[in-house]
Amino acid sequence: MSDEIKRGLQSPLRRKLLMGMAALPAISMLSRPSFGAGPATSAVNTTGLAVTDTEVTCGILHSATGTMAISETGSIQAEKLAIEQINAMGGILGRKIKFIQEDGASDWPTFAEKAKKLLVNDKVAAIMGCWTSASRKAVLPVMEQYNGMLYYPTFYEGLEQSKNVIYTGQEATQQILAGLNWIAKEKGAKSFFFIGSDYIWPRTSNKIARKHVENVLKGKVVGEEYYALGSTQFNSVINKIKLTKPDVIFTDVVGGSNVAFYKQLKAAGIDLSKQALLTISVTEDEIDGIGGENIAGAYACMKYFQSLDNPNNKAFVPAFKKQWGEKTVIGDVTQAAYLGPWLWKLTVEKAGSFDIDKVAAASPGIEFKGAPEGYVRIHENHHLWSKTRVGRAKLDGQFELIYETADLVEPDPFPKGYQ
Amino acid sequence: MFGDYSLGDLGSIFVMQGFAGLILFSVYVLMALGLAIIFGQMGVINMAHGEFMILGAYVTWMTSNLFQTYLPGLFAGYFFLAMILAFLASGALGMLVEWGLIRHLYKRPLDTLLATWGLSLILQQAYRSIFGAREVGVELPPWMLGSLKVTDSIEVPINGVFVMCLTVLITIVVAYVMYKSRWGRQVRAVVQNRIMAGAVGINTEKVDRYTFGLGCGIAGIAGSAFTMIGSTGPTSGQLYIVDTFLVVVFGGAASLLGTIASAFSISQTQSTLEFFMSGSMAKVLTLLAVVGILMLRPQGLFALKVRK
Repeated sequence: MSDEIKRGLQSPLRRKLLMGMAALPAISMLSRPSFGAGPATSAVNTTGLAVTDTEVTCGILHSATGTMAISETGSIQAEKLAIEQINAMGGILGRKIKFIQEDGASDWPTFAEKAKKLLVNDKVAAIMGCWTSASRKAVLPVMEQYNGMLYYPTFYEGLEQSKNVIYTGQEATQQILAGLNWIAKEKGAKSFFFIGSDYIWPRTSNKIARKHVENVLKGKVVGEEYYALGSTQFNSVINKIKLTKPDVIFTDVVGGSNVAFYKQLKAAGIDLSKQALLTISVTEDEIDGIGGENIAGAYACMKYFQSLDNPNNKAFVPAFKKQWGEKTVIGDVTQAAYLGPWLWKLTVEKAGSFDIDKVAAASPGIEFKGAPEGYVRIHENHHLWSKTRVGRAKLDGQFELIYETADLVEPDPFPKGYQ
Repeated sequence: MFGDYSLGDLGSIFVMQGFAGLILFSVYVLMALGLAIIFGQMGVINMAHGEFMILGAYVTWMTSNLFQTYLPGLFAGYFFLAMILAFLASGALGMLVEWGLIRHLYKRPLDTLLATWGLSLILQQAYRSIFGAREVGVELPPWMLGSLKVTDSIEVPINGVFVMCLTVLITIVVAYVMYKSRWGRQVRAVVQNRIMAGAVGINTEKVDRYTFGLGCGIAGIAGSAFTMIGSTGPTSGQLYIVDTFLVVVFGGAASLLGTIASAFSISQTQSTLEFFMSGSMAKVLTLLAVVGILMLRPQGLFALKVRK
């Protein structure tokens, strides 16, 4: 048994397990949870996955190096924390989760190659991984060909659904529509200026947002601008914003451009406490780089903020900080990544098997009541029912919750009338 | 798009747009100056230029943290010290790199491309290991934030004005050093004829080392200044490298004046186009124009006249 687990857990379950395992070597009993009391391996693993009597192997596939390491580090940390916590509770079906971490290195073909390695060589029972849509699109054919299970954490543009993927982040309509409705009602907003980075997610999201603004809210889009990924000069578009005076600036700028955009917005004298700005791409992680003073007052719409006030989150945030340092912040995607291992555990236990087909079939309807964002449930389309929330950025880099939908929002990856 | 606006509104927007162009111009000059010296004078294709800039940015970040902790009273002025430290740090690293890597490759200029590209990857991973994969937020003194209200509707960003002044100052210093000082004459002598320069008693190795160090040091200052307008992360340097080479190559590699002229024309084209169309379209058209002109004038806008 490897030494992933440092902390034992004094639970009745553990004591029961210990009593039933007198035959195991004494070394594994010393202040560690013990594994091996689950159902027979032949019953829970009929397809030759890496499952033994005491262990089950899963893969973690993110970029630890390259451009995307900025964003994906938080997801890796959250997944490791979830796995450790599950192991401390006795693992899945009496088996300890062992993980194999591979580095996608911010390069999409590498992601596909590593996914294949995890499925074919390591026979992992599930993969927690990918971040950008491009990496997911590269991995998807591999998952389908070799029948794997991917838990994907990022909010994304939708227009996808697969038996072999569980999407733990929000798809575009879930994230955007409630936020637009709120700002239209709250601020009486009629005119919108869209600005985004130039790739598939902002373009699809803005398309959805434009249809909603024009057809449902009966408002007007006075500008729609895209800048190449990595652009650092936004003075011209800021002048256009000044000229068109929109009620709301709606942004999905990502990466290093984000920092440049908000710094220059502030330098140009646009005061975000007076000019409403709604972003779908800035989480607590991004504010670390932007600086709280440059973005205070902006609204973000997503499903999770670190400041959420509920018992699950109050346990999750300190546990995360204890593991990864007092200064780390937790953004929307990090939380969604944390859900992956838990949803997998619950699904496997419901299916009574690690077999991919049975896990995929058992996924719809799985409820996770311990999610830091609150209750979530897996939909038939393998996305999550979740609430959408609007937060206002504060000087200290945290969000203050302003609004949340009363009910869970249904995931709709192929929205009619928005394509 | 202008139908609904008064003449006054339009006037002030055009003034501000003019400033946007000037700011972009200063940014381009500042990031290209260091490379113009290294690539233009020494012929070294330094792909790690962006990483030397980011070293300057990280030095600024550390200085800002130190001042906040130990000298909060002097925080308003920390930026000037940070720029000097950034110059020294990047310059020192540059000299070290020249000594350990570049000087073995002067006879194989194309190999410097590969070697410095590898160096840039090493530096990126080093920043990631030392400072963490996430971007850091550099806190600026309050007087550098916000904008100057010239009239009711014309506002000019203070950090933009700061970058402009800095660019003018550094350009003057570099021009003086390269064209008026004894050391600058030695540099130019070495560039034109290394063997003859050595024969008349110039220590060419030393000149090379200091030239490379100067170029990297200026990159450090640029990186320090760009904390005001951009991001500071392990890979942020990559955001600048393409534009930097574009400016230097378009201007004519060996000419300081060419670099300035090229930065001016590229920035004005881009910022004017950006105003009338979307940002990515503007970039495409600017690049097309540059490619077109380089096809007609492969040596760039300004080139030294040399006898072939």
